[in-house]
Amino acid sequence: MRQGRLTRWFFQNVGLASALLLFAVLFFSYNMMHPRGFSAAVAVQNANETAAIAFLAMAQTLPVLLGGLDLSVGAVMTLTNCIASELVNGSPAQILLGVVATLLSGAAFGLMNGLIVVYGRIQPIIATLATGAIAIGLALLVRPKPGGAVDGDLGWALTNSVWDFADTYGIAGGGDAWWIRPFADIPVPVIIVLLVTILVWVPFRRSVTGRTVYAIGSAEGAAFMSGLPIDRAKIAAFTLGGFFAACGGLYLAIQTSSGNADIQQAGAYTLNSIAAVVLGGTSLLGGVGSAVGSLIGAGILRVISFYFRILDIDPLLQPLIEGVVLLVAVSFGAIRTLRVKNKLDLFR
Amino acid sequence: MTDAIVEYRGISKYFAGIRALENVDFACKSGTVHAILGENGAGKSTLIKIMSGVFQPDSGEMLLGGKPVSFATPQAANEAGIVCMFQELSLVPDLSVADNISISSPPRRFGLIDRRAQVRRAEELLARVRCEDVDPNAMVRELSLSRRQMVEIAKALGKAPKVLILDEATSALTARDVRTVYDLLAELKDSGVASLFISHRMHEVEALCDTLSVFRNGQHIETFAKGAKSEREIVQLMIGRDVEAQFPPKPKPVAPEELGDPLLKVRGLSWQNRLNGIELTVHRGEIVGLGGLDGQGQKELLLALFGVLRDVEGEVVIGGRKGIPSSPAAAKTAATKVALVPEDRKTEGLMLGMPIADNLLASSFQRISRGPFIDPALSRQAIEDGISRLQIKAGSASDPVMTLSGGNQQKVVIAKWLMIDPDIILLTDPTRGIDVGTKQEIYRLMRDLANQGKAILFYSSDYAELIGCCDRVSVLYSGRIVAEKQGDDITEESLVAASLNIDVEAA
Repeated sequence: MRQGRLTRWFFQNVGLASALLLFAVLFFSYNMMHPRGFSAAVAVQNANETAAIAFLAMAQTLPVLLGGLDLSVGAVMTLTNCIASELVNGSPAQILLGVVATLLSGAAFGLMNGLIVVYGRIQPIIATLATGAIAIGLALLVRPKPGGAVDGDLGWALTNSVWDFADTYGIAGGGDAWWIRPFADIPVPVIIVLLVTILVWVPFRRSVTGRTVYAIGSAEGAAFMSGLPIDRAKIAAFTLGGFFAACGGLYLAIQTSSGNADIQQAGAYTLNSIAAVVLGGTSLLGGVGSAVGSLIGAGILRVISFYFRILDIDPLLQPLIEGVVLLVAVSFGAIRTLRVKNKLDLFR
Repeated sequence: MTDAIVEYRGISKYFAGIRALENVDFACKSGTVHAILGENGAGKSTLIKIMSGVFQPDSGEMLLGGKPVSFATPQAANEAGIVCMFQELSLVPDLSVADNISISSPPRRFGLIDRRAQVRRAEELLARVRCEDVDPNAMVRELSLSRRQMVEIAKALGKAPKVLILDEATSALTARDVRTVYDLLAELKDSGVASLFISHRMHEVEALCDTLSVFRNGQHIETFAKGAKSEREIVQLMIGRDVEAQFPPKPKPVAPEELGDPLLKVRGLSWQNRLNGIELTVHRGEIVGLGGLDGQGQKELLLALFGVLRDVEGEVVIGGRKGIPSSPAAAKTAATKVALVPEDRKTEGLMLGMPIADNLLASSFQRISRGPFIDPALSRQAIEDGISRLQIKAGSASDPVMTLSGGNQQKVVIAKWLMIDPDIILLTDPTRGIDVGTKQEIYRLMRDLANQGKAILFYSSDYAELIGCCDRVSVLYSGRIVAEKQGDDITEESLVAASLNIDVEAA
């Protein structure tokens, strides 16, 4: 009955595996068609445009794993974007403090979402609809007009390749040390996203709290009966979601070196985060999926839009085509319902 | 009984005023296997759910090792050494076997779950229950029901219990697994663990347990050593001598050859190991009961006939036409119309937040519509008819149906289906949780409908109802009909014995 590890992984993660495959195909053929495909410049540009939505997709993953939705992720990103545009400048110590304060404010907002959902006994979707509006309101108070100043060196260093990063701060021989050569062309945003994933998501996934999040989404009754800390896990999930959203907001501030309380942008990012989560193989019913999948989902979403730059398609058709591609991609997930033997189970 | 590990003193528990347990004194000792016996609803589940921290008693106290304790959560009970395997499995389907076995206290390294240690631990525990074929990395969702139950046992063992509660732990197991569980219980007994064993299989109880306790109607009737009473005496203890409710008179039994062609004929009906070759006929004017213990396939049989299940095998003839309805919508619109009063009226029977009127009309919109639109006059008339026919006590038909009492809610479900004027009526435990007065109204209604020429298939977990209402009763046991009783043969004793699949005459 035992299968090889790889085949087992594949069958247990069909959603993630097919997302990975889809992304690989899309990304590869995009670079093939691009006149300057497979170059560091294109990679840096793509990575910069993907980082914020990647973080938001990770933020959205947690409430979705619980079986809910968080409509405030875009708003929390906007709020932290505005906070960062005020705080992330000055001396290195001040910059560091600003970064920490920005991330903490996002986590605090997520914590508030979690407390409202758990102790207010309000469904996540409506609780976060309300708190999302509050976040936008706070963002407008912090920054009524777009603007602000983010440290320029930091902005340059974090939005280019590893070589530029080393060059800016004069480390590793200004980027020419032998050991940094193999990584020199990798865009820094990719490294940041991977670091956050490895340092935050992976440990969470392997903690009792993280596993409880999956258990709640899969079968909350069984989780309770097994004596798992349900309330704590829900609060932790929303807090972590807030943290990831703040990562997105912070990155956006660094990338644009400004803050902007843009309501429409917040809404678009929220909806795209849900699409990315679903594309990445996470079930909207909860219990199945991972933030890594959502990263890939965000990648797919962005690559699709990149195609419009290199293909001669009327820009007016972009929303239509994006919608069709999204629909086709997510409809693979519906295949499972064909195997259900008791039709009542479809509604449970 | 000072050497008792768990002791109940005067414990009572009520749900919405209905007695689940009343003034129960009970004790079980270390190093024994103690069987709890009783009919459906006798209070067995409440007893163990109090012990394992799911419910708190309304009065009385529980002692563990001589000290009073009270458990707020299952977690607290686990920590005190009381581990329960519930009838509804407590496994999380989307986590791996190893994750599930160590779910509440996994081995950790640097504060994180140590997956390798967890897999090793799972392998050891699975080996103890002789399930080396189960891959610790497999998702629980991928396992069969019997494997899941063994994983559940391994999970319970991993908590090193002092008191192990097995609630119907063997209901889905294969013969080999049952053997393993027997050995395991003997092993645990030698090491001083108290096992509480709830099973409806008499031969298992006979083989495994040294002490037996009988519960009935929320009361502890008697505890005795194995062999002190015969099976027949035990069955009588379980039934008690309560007088049954008032039932309408039954018509004289008709000889089978005079009944003519059956309206519903079922041959060799099978589905997913839950139904294993059901043979059944129902004629016009008949009420046929489905008996047996909970979960022997009665509900699945009714769902199958209503077109809810996929891949059902076997032959069904409804009103002379072969074939199972493809969906509930097809069942209610066929030439011979079928209606189903489902098990759970709150989720499957009613749209709780919607008005009584809309719920009544939900199945019969085509009868009250003109073209695509609902005709207000026709629908008002239909609602009035429905309410008066079943004497539903409602302030206004526009009130949400959840404002009604349980009995009146059930009447709404029945009235909804009577509006389509069905030929075959399938009833899934329609009197569960409703008051005696309404129960009697439903019994009378059933008889009236039968007299009007409807065919009624009636599943009830209450033996008294089957005896009082049915012309014939078929008793199910693991997806098969094991006995069919008719007329005066329908007695509580014969039904209970058939449900347990034992032969009272031989005992």
